[in-house]
Amino acid sequence: METLYLLARGPLCWATAIIFVLAMGWKLSKAWSEAKAKDGSSVAYLSWKFGLRSIFNWAIPYNALGWKENPLICAATFCLHLSLLLLVLFADGHTVLWEYTFGLRIWALSPMLSDILSVVALTSLGVLAWRRIAVPQVKFVTGPADWLALILVTVPVLTGFLSGFLGGTSALTLTTLHILTAEILIVLIPFTRLSHAVFIFFTRAYIGSEFGGVRHCRDW
Amino acid sequence: MSTIRERRITDQGLEIGLAALTQDRIREAVQAIRNSETGAKMKVYHETCMRCGMCAPACHFYVSNDNDPSYAPVAKVHQTMTRILNGEDIGPQDVYDFAQIAYTECNLCRRCAFYCPVGIDIGYIMSTVRRFCYKLGMVPQYLNDTGNSHASTMNQMWVKEDEWTDSLLWQEEEARDEFPHIRIPLDKEGADIFYSVIGPEPKFQTQLIYQAACIMHVAGLDWTMPSFPGWDNSDMSMYIGDFETMGRVKKAHFDAAQKLKCKRIVMGECGHAFRSVHDVGNRWLGAKDSPVPIVHSIKFFADLIREGKIKIAYKIDDPVTIHDPCNVIRGRGLMDELRYVTHALCSNVIEMTPNREYNYCCCAGGGVINCGPPYKNSRVQGNRVKAEQIKRTGATIVISPCHNCHSGLEDIVHGAKIDAKISFLGDLIYPQMEKPAHFTEPAPCNGGGHV
Ligand code: SF4
Ligand code: SF4
Ligand code: SF4
Repeated sequence: METLYLLARGPLCWATAIIFVLAMGWKLSKAWSEAKAKDGSSVAYLSWKFGLRSIFNWAIPYNALGWKENPLICAATFCLHLSLLLLVLFADGHTVLWEYTFGLRIWALSPMLSDILSVVALTSLGVLAWRRIAVPQVKFVTGPADWLALILVTVPVLTGFLSGFLGGTSALTLTTLHILTAEILIVLIPFTRLSHAVFIFFTRAYIGSEFGGVRHCRDW
Repeated sequence: MSTIRERRITDQGLEIGLAALTQDRIREAVQAIRNSETGAKMKVYHETCMRCGMCAPACHFYVSNDNDPSYAPVAKVHQTMTRILNGEDIGPQDVYDFAQIAYTECNLCRRCAFYCPVGIDIGYIMSTVRRFCYKLGMVPQYLNDTGNSHASTMNQMWVKEDEWTDSLLWQEEEARDEFPHIRIPLDKEGADIFYSVIGPEPKFQTQLIYQAACIMHVAGLDWTMPSFPGWDNSDMSMYIGDFETMGRVKKAHFDAAQKLKCKRIVMGECGHAFRSVHDVGNRWLGAKDSPVPIVHSIKFFADLIREGKIKIAYKIDDPVTIHDPCNVIRGRGLMDELRYVTHALCSNVIEMTPNREYNYCCCAGGGVINCGPPYKNSRVQGNRVKAEQIKRTGATIVISPCHNCHSGLEDIVHGAKIDAKISFLGDLIYPQMEKPAHFTEPAPCNGGGHV
């Protein structure tokens, strides 16, 4: 287990980062060149001003009409994404990794705060999963790809959270599992629905540009 | 929940198309959509739509059908484009379903855009589904007829060239009783304004041409209309997915204005035609904006009133509400101008909620009303929410500066037994504007001994 742990924490960490950057870069450049070749009548309208205006307005909870009319999912979405972002960057285990692997020294969350954020993230994921089963309009369109996305995110958060409560070899096992599943998650981002993490900036900026520039109207 | 198969509506056009469908043709059309008709935009939408269902409450079809999940915007995509892009087996009956969903259960009104955090343009996806159906000859009969008319006559209603000029001369003649000097100037080169209308106006709504001529006359404007094809700004081909004909029709329209060297096009109170000239058709022609400056009537009227070119003699006191047509409000941000004109004409304006860019579509747009009688019930039922909105205002007049909205709202108001009249802005401006005496008095007679 220890070898596996060391492998996951060391070389696999690098490999994950490299694969993610290469794959995402490849996806983005492919999409961009295809957009220029085939979606010229859309690309022509991209505008920094309206694109950023749209991203900004959708980044504020309960600001856009869609957020206002879906209050629960608004809460779940913002809680999930914020807690994930904070955990990924500042969870104490992670700050050690940042330093160990990439030589970056950054501020760390207290273990207590990390636990709270994990619970928030897990609850939000629970809400999203519950919607997939119980809310008719979500159930109607839910398929394996949507469950895969949810599971990919849930497992590393859960293992990361639980590992803090255990000691000895089970802690090591869980931590190893946490690192490995997180690495799988990162590698798969470009190839699953999770690619929205990157593409959303483009889709938002584009619709914002169309509404602002062509339709003289807001889009939130 | 109902399924699309359960709620199938018999349509002659689709039945005929269905009989000619083969698996090979469907496969070819799928390839075309996947490989040549769409690019990265569609792929990214397909991959990143989170199937969160947030867009559901945006759609009047969903809300009006008791939150039936199969009417949610994302559900419409799920039942159509997702299957095409996933490479699923698609049979002839499936294409029938696609056509009913895309042509008659979505108005391409883009209200769902306000609800989607990812920024997915469902209107674009559904119009691409229409393109797929069109390629397979699966277009509802009545809608297809308007497309055939566009392709052969350059107007939507099979109006022949002599009928067009006859209608104009007839309206000029009629108006001369009221304004002895009025003209509807045909083919006047270099006029300030090229005035264009939609096919139904010369066909059965000639009073709108009459009203427009009177307004132009009283405002003392330099205007013209062409005697030749290109006078019709409407565009059902855009909604059919027949982009080739759309391009020809738009070109004829812009060409006519350019041939007459007019400074700008002013167009009547129509929503979809406006979308086609400044947002969709122009792109097909490779023009980022419209090749000739284009002004919608709402803005045109607002400017006339603001600049004092026409004066409003009196305001009406009736309770009035405003329907914001998506294609000019969500499509061009003219909500304040619309209110400016309405308040100049009416003293008792009651707003609907939601309104302005958040309005619910009338459920006629996007070519849905043009699919004709077979779909009238589903269209009226699919917009119960609008009937309720109108009812809540207690208004007896609903202002609606868009042809499709106008006809659609009439059906909706009638269906819900609401005692309200639907009105264009021109319907109010014409009777309420000042008509100074020198416009209405007969020309002085030279032989009568007057000096
Ligand atoms: S009718 Fe309007 S709100 Fe409904 S799916 Fe179509 S574009 Fe979206
Ligand atoms: S709101 Fe957007 S992301 Fe969510 S299901 Fe609808 S289209 Fe997809
Ligand atoms: S008919 Fe009117 S309300 Fe309906 S889509 Fe067109 S502009 Fe919008």
